[in-house]
Amino acid sequence: MTLPSLALLTQAVLSGIFVGALYGLLGLGLSLSWGLLRQINLSHFALAFLGAYLTYQLVMVGGMDPLLTLLVVAPCFFAAGAAIHWLLAGFAVTPLNSLLVTFGMTVIVESIIQWCWTADFRRMTSRYAEITYRIGKVYLPLPELLQLALAVTLCLAVWATLRYTDLGKALRAAAEDGEIAAAFGVNERVLAALLSGACAALAAVAGLCLALSYTLTPSQIYAWIGVVFAAVMIGGLGSALGPLVAGIVIGVAEALTMAITAPSWAPLVSFSLLIAVLLVRRGRA
Amino acid sequence: MLVGAGAALLAIPFLHFPAFYESFLYLVFHWIVLATSWNILCGYSGYFSFGHGAFFGLGIYTTAVLTARFQWPFLATLPVAAATAAMAAVALGSLVFRVKRVRGELFALLTLAVTFVLATIILNTPIDGGPGVSLGGVAVPAIGPTPSSSFYLLELATAAATLGIAYAIWRSKLGTGLFAIRDDEDVAEVLGVPTFRCKLIVFAISSALAGIAGGIHALFISYVTAAETFSIIVPLTVVLMSVLGGTRHWAGPAVGATIITVISYASTAGDYPLAGKAAVGAILIAVILFMPEGVLGTLLDRRARRTFSAPDRAGTVAEARASNAGAARQAIGAALLTVHGVSRAFSGIQALRRVDLSIRAGEILGLLGPNGSGKSTLINVISGHYRADAGSIDFDRHELTHLAPHQIARLGVARTYQIPRPFAHLTVLENVVLTAMFGGAALDRRDALQEAWRWLEFTALVDKAQALPDDLNLHQRKFLELARSLASHPKLLLLDEVLSGLTPTEIDSAVDLIHRIRDHGTTIVLVEHVMRAVMALADRIVVLDQGQVIADGLPLEVMAQPAVITAYLGAKNDAAR
Repeated sequence: MTLPSLALLTQAVLSGIFVGALYGLLGLGLSLSWGLLRQINLSHFALAFLGAYLTYQLVMVGGMDPLLTLLVVAPCFFAAGAAIHWLLAGFAVTPLNSLLVTFGMTVIVESIIQWCWTADFRRMTSRYAEITYRIGKVYLPLPELLQLALAVTLCLAVWATLRYTDLGKALRAAAEDGEIAAAFGVNERVLAALLSGACAALAAVAGLCLALSYTLTPSQIYAWIGVVFAAVMIGGLGSALGPLVAGIVIGVAEALTMAITAPSWAPLVSFSLLIAVLLVRRGRA
Repeated sequence: MLVGAGAALLAIPFLHFPAFYESFLYLVFHWIVLATSWNILCGYSGYFSFGHGAFFGLGIYTTAVLTARFQWPFLATLPVAAATAAMAAVALGSLVFRVKRVRGELFALLTLAVTFVLATIILNTPIDGGPGVSLGGVAVPAIGPTPSSSFYLLELATAAATLGIAYAIWRSKLGTGLFAIRDDEDVAEVLGVPTFRCKLIVFAISSALAGIAGGIHALFISYVTAAETFSIIVPLTVVLMSVLGGTRHWAGPAVGATIITVISYASTAGDYPLAGKAAVGAILIAVILFMPEGVLGTLLDRRARRTFSAPDRAGTVAEARASNAGAARQAIGAALLTVHGVSRAFSGIQALRRVDLSIRAGEILGLLGPNGSGKSTLINVISGHYRADAGSIDFDRHELTHLAPHQIARLGVARTYQIPRPFAHLTVLENVVLTAMFGGAALDRRDALQEAWRWLEFTALVDKAQALPDDLNLHQRKFLELARSLASHPKLLLLDEVLSGLTPTEIDSAVDLIHRIRDHGTTIVLVEHVMRAVMALADRIVVLDQGQVIADGLPLEVMAQPAVITAYLGAKNDAAR
């Protein structure tokens, strides 16, 4: 096995950081709803892909600027997220059952996507896609830089909100013990619906990134689940920065694995990490 | 009826239907095998696995490689496929089942991750190598008149065997243990269920069956690829089918598998594949929200779910009366349990500090102390739920500190919980049968039933035998705790605040009951705050304060000691201030 050149390795690390940021961004919504609402929302991935396809449609047919599509998609998704929470909370669904219910939603959304846009590969072209910066021998495509910037900004914003604002404290208190928090005047139900809506809006942002940098096909929904779950578990449930950091670590590890061995070995890294974390980590998950 | 249906299914290949029917039924049986085998571990014990595809895939690749590369005859590869999958399950289980935390959704995730790791390894090594393995040249054994009928018959036999195994386990002692694990694994272990071994056994059986299904399917599809084999769709479909049918019933997954296969096959054949897919998703949502127990669990009356234990009890109760009367109280004898220098800390808080005490056979020992003094911790250490940091516990010439909780229960130590922790989905009777089978008495199911009736009679719960614990009031739940621990024939019974929350009349009847238990020859440790009852029952009293023994002696003497009064009421000068 010969080691690839330094430029190639740098490029691999960078692309690992970029894809890792998207793991973190997808993981952010998953981690919040799992850690704070005790809902394992598989439909997060379906929503992200639905968002990607909607962005594709608005850009390719409607001629909108990709970033501006968020103004349309994110509010709709916010409402959808609140509705999902209303459904799950109304039936007092256990975490495991929430996984199954949202899997059902995922299958339905996948069918809708396939019905509207067929199973063919779709690639969005936009003015962003053309732009690539070059530093020395290393290339930095604008869509992926945007992806990194969005992920880091949103994760930091969520982290700061949870940590420093009254809203964040109320959310964490309600996650710890809903009844007690309610007794101290926290309107748990409204907060939870807001949070669930925010998670779905985050899925819309992730969808924008997917549409900017990746070729879309409905079955790709399932390709992201495993890795993002790994990032969330490693980063910590309910944590905002953990999934981002873990996502980038996984992304870089995968990219290096691909550069040094073969692309098909990449899943081994994230899933071995996930297994190790599940078995070794102490305390409550 | 069963025989008729079986004969009809066996006759199908010889009626010369179009091969299409046989292939369709093959698929139904295929999913019945996968869903039912999944349920043997996951439904019964509550360990939902998303890794069933891994064991199915191991079966597929074992058969594919052995037939295509090494020219083994197809049928000879099936046992190897089963063994490979079972060995992988035992290896994984003996690692994972040791980590207490990995339950519920974490177990689901872990098994999913294992699937992807396995897929990556198989894809990148010569086992597959990337392009997949073709079984095109492998001969289909001539079991039926045509190849499609051979597959049909083979899968029919596998499905029948799988359902038979699922039913047998469901009815067995192992099955009762598994359902107890699903409801409350920690309590099951303390009551004597060897939880680790139970889970490992069914994991191996479940995976072996998936391996066989995989082996047959490899030849059926005749071209296997890692992406298809290990796709997330396989485990998710299996979970969906089982949940739809009902995971607490042996036949639930088969019902669910049939429904889903028919829907998806009908929609594919009818050119509405997307509608079919969406319908499956919608059904999953509706079932979990509106029928969390599944189709079968909802259709069958909840008491009918495991009623095979409803026996004729006329005779047994009469016997019970006789044997209850026959027992004789033994005199207080030598030490049965000796606790020596036991300590236990929880993240810095010293709950027990070098505790020494001994309990003599036939004695009722009152264990007192203010809240947080370490009484419950001591009970948890004796019963093995917590490990002691230091010290030794000798029980009947056995050192307990290194034993697992179920081994301690087997030696004859039983306990009750301050807040009753019955197994919520087992009937009152089954709750008691469980300890009679797994506790110190170690009875077989038939004797355990008699024993259970006897103790239900003793605790006046006979009328509630077929009820679920949720239907009992607190008094009855406390008595169920007692019946459950007594059915294991304990030599030592640890009663943790069994009287708290009861009314004065209920306390009187409980005190009377505890007297009668001791008259059977059971040694009792009584953790209690109701002083009236302690003074009426205890032969001797030990007082704990801040994890240390501060008094040990006759009840009246101990309660007069200044240290004890201080521990309970505070020092005199404190009170004066």
